[in-house]
Amino acid sequence: MAVQIASGKVAISATINGEPQTWLSEPRETLLEALRDRLGLTGCKEGCSNGNCGACNVVMDGRLVNTCCVLAVEAQESEITTVEGLGTPDGLIPLQKNFLEEAGLQCGVCTPGFLVATKALLDKNPNPTDDEIRWWLAGNLCRCTGYDKILNAIKKTIAETTTE
Amino acid sequence: MRAIQYAAPRSLGDAVAILQERGNKARILAGGTDLIVQVGEDARDVDVMVDGKHIPELMELSFDPEKGLTLGAAVPCYRIYEHPEIKKHYPGLVDSTSIIGGTGIQGRASVGGNLCNSGPAADSIPTLIAYGATVRIVGANGERTVPVENFCTAPGRNVLAADELLISIHLPAPSAHSGACYLRFIPRNEMDIAVVGAGVSITLDDNGIVTAARVALAAVAPTPLFVPEAGDSLVGKAPTEEAIAAAAEIAKNTARPISDMRGTAEHRKHLVGVLTRRALHRALERARA
Repeated sequence: MAVQIASGKVAISATINGEPQTWLSEPRETLLEALRDRLGLTGCKEGCSNGNCGACNVVMDGRLVNTCCVLAVEAQESEITTVEGLGTPDGLIPLQKNFLEEAGLQCGVCTPGFLVATKALLDKNPNPTDDEIRWWLAGNLCRCTGYDKILNAIKKTIAETTTE
Repeated sequence: MRAIQYAAPRSLGDAVAILQERGNKARILAGGTDLIVQVGEDARDVDVMVDGKHIPELMELSFDPEKGLTLGAAVPCYRIYEHPEIKKHYPGLVDSTSIIGGTGIQGRASVGGNLCNSGPAADSIPTLIAYGATVRIVGANGERTVPVENFCTAPGRNVLAADELLISIHLPAPSAHSGACYLRFIPRNEMDIAVVGAGVSITLDDNGIVTAARVALAAVAPTPLFVPEAGDSLVGKAPTEEAIAAAAEIAKNTARPISDMRGTAEHRKHLVGVLTRRALHRALERARA
């Protein structure tokens, strides 16, 4: 057969947060597992592992995806942005700063997913309505905040950006 | 997840060769939002995932005003609902693809995958039936075409043989004065599985008389349910409030739902009447626009 069928570990090359990376993953590994266990990018959280909660959201080739529903081998030659690619502990992006100031988090497990998903929305649509924000984030679950504080943080970020 | 193998063929022939050799233990991987979860939860016995996203025919998305819409089986939802000509000519497809999962799911999940997963509550299938869509299938013995209403055979089962895969879905060219709509009922606003769904289409002549109409339902039978009698009852008539209510009543009486954690059979039948009527009115507005 002409097509190679991979059984053991596969060398995967992708650009992650702007840096070229190569690592080995078995076909059974999800992208979530590879990011956390092979690359140490533990910002990506395992919430439900079935596509319902959004805690494992990253941007892959320009689109928001749930990494629990992507195999690591599917990320071959892709460009990925995780929460680690947004800011640094000393240099938070305005969205991260506003999540802190508006108390848009409590336990924090959903927060990386919310940050990545929101960044993806604002990159596409810098001035979304409340409805557009809530629809876009429908796949991100938070059991602590009741969502309003997250919305406040996002709306504050939009207001700061649009008045600059 | 159990150990699996992975292949990324570049052609239909190479993919079929793997399916032929590995049979039911091989499965085409499109968006993965059902398959990866099912294998991860040991709900599906798969040894090799055959990634379809490197096969050009499975990623094709093309519209021709004469020939209609070709939707490759692995094209993700976002490419469908962001496509300007789909928004213009196939709004029912936008209704369906924009409510399947959340944004992250829509970044990967495909209509072809939704169809092959063959869930009774699948949000895209009634819409495809309403549009009179057909699917192109290839296997070891060549190609065949199947109308979408004949594709699913039982919950999670369909007409694909072990050596076959879905290449693409074809929607006929839009007729003048035609409209379609998909509505579903869920207890919240988003991110849930349909209690009932209704996909409809309607076509009018220059005098506003119905020349064709199709109604299909989700989550009220073991497979997505085509109700030809409901659409046919409108043909030759003006689409009045009464005529639409009568078509909705036929759909309601044809549905054969079960009671489960999402709703009782009685509630589902009631919803079929309401959703079919509302979807027909919305489709009519679109046909007249």
